Order: sequence, then C-alpha cells, then structure tokens
Amino acid sequence: MEIRLDGIRHVYGETEILRDISLTAEEGRIACLVGPSGCGKSTLLRLMGGLERPTGGRVLQEGAAPAGSLNPLTYVFQDFALLPWRTARGNISLVLEDHGLGRAETRRIIADVLARTKLSDFADALPRQLSGGMKQRVAIARALAVNPAVMLLDEPLSALDAQTRELLMDDLIALWTRTPFTAVYVTHNLAEAVRLGHKVVVLSRRPGEIREIVEIDKPLNERGYADADLEAVQKHLWELMREEAKAADEELVDV
Amino acid sequence: MSEREAVHVPFRGKGFRPGHHRWVGALVFIVLIALAEWGTRAGWIGQLTLPRPSDVLAALAELWQSGLFAKHMVPSLSRLVVGAAIGVSLGVSVGVLIGLFTFVRAGLVPLVAALFPIPKIALLPLFVIWFGIDEASKYALIAFGTFTPTVVATYGAVDNVDRTLIRMGQSFGLSWGSIVRKIVLPGAMPGILSGLRISLAIAIILLVAAEMLGAEYGIGAYILQAGSLYDLERLFAGVIILSVLGVTVSAGIGAIERRLLRWRS
Repeated sequence: MEIRLDGIRHVYGETEILRDISLTAEEGRIACLVGPSGCGKSTLLRLMGGLERPTGGRVLQEGAAPAGSLNPLTYVFQDFALLPWRTARGNISLVLEDHGLGRAETRRIIADVLARTKLSDFADALPRQLSGGMKQRVAIARALAVNPAVMLLDEPLSALDAQTRELLMDDLIALWTRTPFTAVYVTHNLAEAVRLGHKVVVLSRRPGEIREIVEIDKPLNERGYADADLEAVQKHLWELMREEAKAADEELVDV
Repeated sequence: MSEREAVHVPFRGKGFRPGHHRWVGALVFIVLIALAEWGTRAGWIGQLTLPRPSDVLAALAELWQSGLFAKHMVPSLSRLVVGAAIGVSLGVSVGVLIGLFTFVRAGLVPLVAALFPIPKIALLPLFVIWFGIDEASKYALIAFGTFTPTVVATYGAVDNVDRTLIRMGQSFGLSWGSIVRKIVLPGAMPGILSGLRISLAIAIILLVAAEMLGAEYGIGAYILQAGSLYDLERLFAGVIILSVLGVTVSAGIGAIERRLLRWRS
C-alpha cells in the first residue's frame, strides 16, 4: 500500500503551515521528512494517518492493505505514548483487544513482536521500570503487532540519548531488512534521515514546502555509522537547511 | 606555590524534600493529650474549658459496655455508606460526562459551580420536605454533599489525562468505549481518588448535620445530645469516634490507592 499526498495545504487559524505538498511514500521504502523546527513535518504526518484533516488537497491511500492488517496506518510517537498502568505485554494487547482475535492468537502475536524487538524478557515490566530505549521498543512492538501497511514514525528517536539512538537505528534497519515495510519517518536529525531513508524529503520553513527530494540508493543494511557516502549526503542536506534553520531559530514565537 | 588553605565546600542542598517520619505524628497526639491531662489535673485548665482525657476515655468505655456503641454506630455507618455511595457514584458519572462531552460541560459546569458553595446544612428543611424525616433525607443530604466535590475532582482528573495517550488510542483505531474504559478512566483514577478523600471527609461532617434531623441513634445524635447537656466528656467521646472514622476512611482510600495506582511510584 502507498500513501500519496496531492497538493496538500494546511492552515491553523491565520497561519499557513503547509503549502502545496505532493509526494508519495512508496511501498516497501522508508521516506524521511526533514526540515527546520516548526516547518509542519509532524503536522504532515498527522494528516497522512488521518489524525487531522488538511485544509486543502487530498491524502490518498493506493492499493489495498495486506490481508491481516489490523490497523493499516500505524504511528510510533516521539514520547512513546505507552499506558503507564499496563505492562509491556498489556500495552501491546491494548491494540489487539478490540479485534476479537481470541486468546491464543493474541498471545501468539504478542510473543512474536516481543521476540522481534528483543523484549521477551521484559514482557511484564511496567513502563516506569524501562529505559527510554526500551519504552520505544515496546511502542515499536505495539506498532508491529497490528501488522501495519504503512508505519508513520514521528521523531521516534528524538527523546533518546545518542547511544540508544544508534542501537535503535540498527534495530529498525534489522526489522526492515527482515521484512521490508513502508514507512514515513519524521525527524530533525539528519544522521537518522540518511541512515534510514530511501529518500529524504527536505521541507522549507513555515509555510512548509518541498525544497528537494534526495534519493539515497545505498541499501539500508550496507549503511553504517560514520559512512563517508552518507556524510556527503548529510552535508548536502545541511547546506539546504542551514539558512532556514537559522531563520527559524531566530523567529519570534507568536501563537 | 603559596600555601593555600583547604576548607570543605559547605553543603547547601538541605531540606525541601518530602521525607518519611513514622512516629512523629503519633508523638504529637500523645504530647497534646498528656498536656491536657496534666493541665486538667493540676488545675490550670478549668473543668469547663476542656474535659479530662481520662474522663473522656471512661465515657468511651461506658458507651462500649452499655452496648450503645453499636446502636449508635450501625445507623451512622449505614447512612454514611449509602449516602456517600449514591453521591460518589453519581458524581463520578457526571464528572466523566462533563470531561468527555463539551456540550455537557457547557451545561453543567456553571450549575455545579453554583451548587458547590451552598452549605448543604442550610438546605436541611428542604430535604425534609422532599424526602421526609426518615432515612431518605439523611441519605440525600450526604449524597448531595459528596456529589459536588466528586464532580469537580472527576472532571478535573479527566481533563488532565494525557492527550497523547488518547490520540494514540485513536491512531490505533480503538473504539470510543475502549478509549474511555482503558485510557481515560485509569488515567483519571489518581485524581478521582484524591477527590474521594475530600468527598468522604465532607460526608462525615454532613453525617452529624443529617442526624440533627430527628435521629434517635447515631454518632451525630449522640454528640448533639451531649452538647445540649454540656456533657463535655461524652461530646468529646463522640468527636473522637468521628475522628477515628475519618482516619479509617482515609487509610482505606490509601490502601485502594496503593492497590490501583501501583504503576505510579
């Protein structure tokens, strides 16, 4: 399944957030959205998953979701959004309970996604007992449990420290390599974008418009930490963004 | 290099940290009671100023031995339980509705704000007319008194539920009922329980007021009888029973909190 944006425009009150955005998240590929803070990249992601309605333009899903997909468009949030009163297992079962899968099937799915995210030993831990990286793993496991057609990741690693971020990036690459999934990945971290993106969409500052779409052909599992090819792409991205990021930083916030 | 003097860096991070001191609370009680006992015996506290603690204890013992304790306690407790149960369950329901529906909020919040500051005792005659002089009017008074603080605490608690969790639920396509049952209600539970502490304390206060309405038996009736006779020992005995009741209720809520909110600390 693909997600296609067609001439998206979005306005909050008087402020224009997004202007004329058309892009496609292709099946089995990761599209990264980068841009200076306040460029509307998270808003764009919310529009894609139907959590918000665009002022203009169309959000289209093309092709049917795979059979057995319980929630075709599934988010992973920056702040994990785990229920603190449920264990890792309980948080995953939360999103399965409404589907009437039966006890055995639910248990099988939970065991499967916990194993895939290397959380099997932490199934009964409460979120407060887990580190940030572990919490995000639970959130990723929860997303995998509903067998999504498209994963919408909203700065999933931004709340984590640099080392944990590296570890989780490796995990995401390993997950994708095993079973390629379609994903839209929003981040302000260019290193994440060049490691995980098959294409990187650079947005300008408010109102967000597409400045450039950079394709990266190197296969995900061949990309590594401090990769020279990627550094070159990252440098190019930064040159595109630098002035805008500076201007965005110096902007007065009047909301 | 010249010789320099080394001193310890002074510690400045003292205090402003909630700690745990187990026996201090009990000690304050003991000291105060001992002072009262000493004062009344030595004579620097007059007999009409404060009853002697040992006499109060004797009054309590007499109440127990005469079998009147159960006779007063049973109706009081049943009034408390029935009245508070009605008030709290209605209050939680209305509070959740206010928290969930903007339309209900717009309609009911001003009404609750208008009802909250009314001293419920002032409405006593009205309750007698509406519900009769029997138990019903006592239940109604306690229920009404616990209702408003429960509503306010509950909708505040619902408002404070982390919106990102609700959005998460929506993004996974959970049904409305599931979101309310599995996200909103557990998320509001800490606020609802701390509201319950206040509501139940108010219920105990109103119990005495309710028993001013021609109740033959009940802790409130017992206190009122003693009060009108200026029988300070029995008055204080009654007050102590209410106090202990309050502490017990509060401890009970504490136990529920520890059970239901184990995920917090």
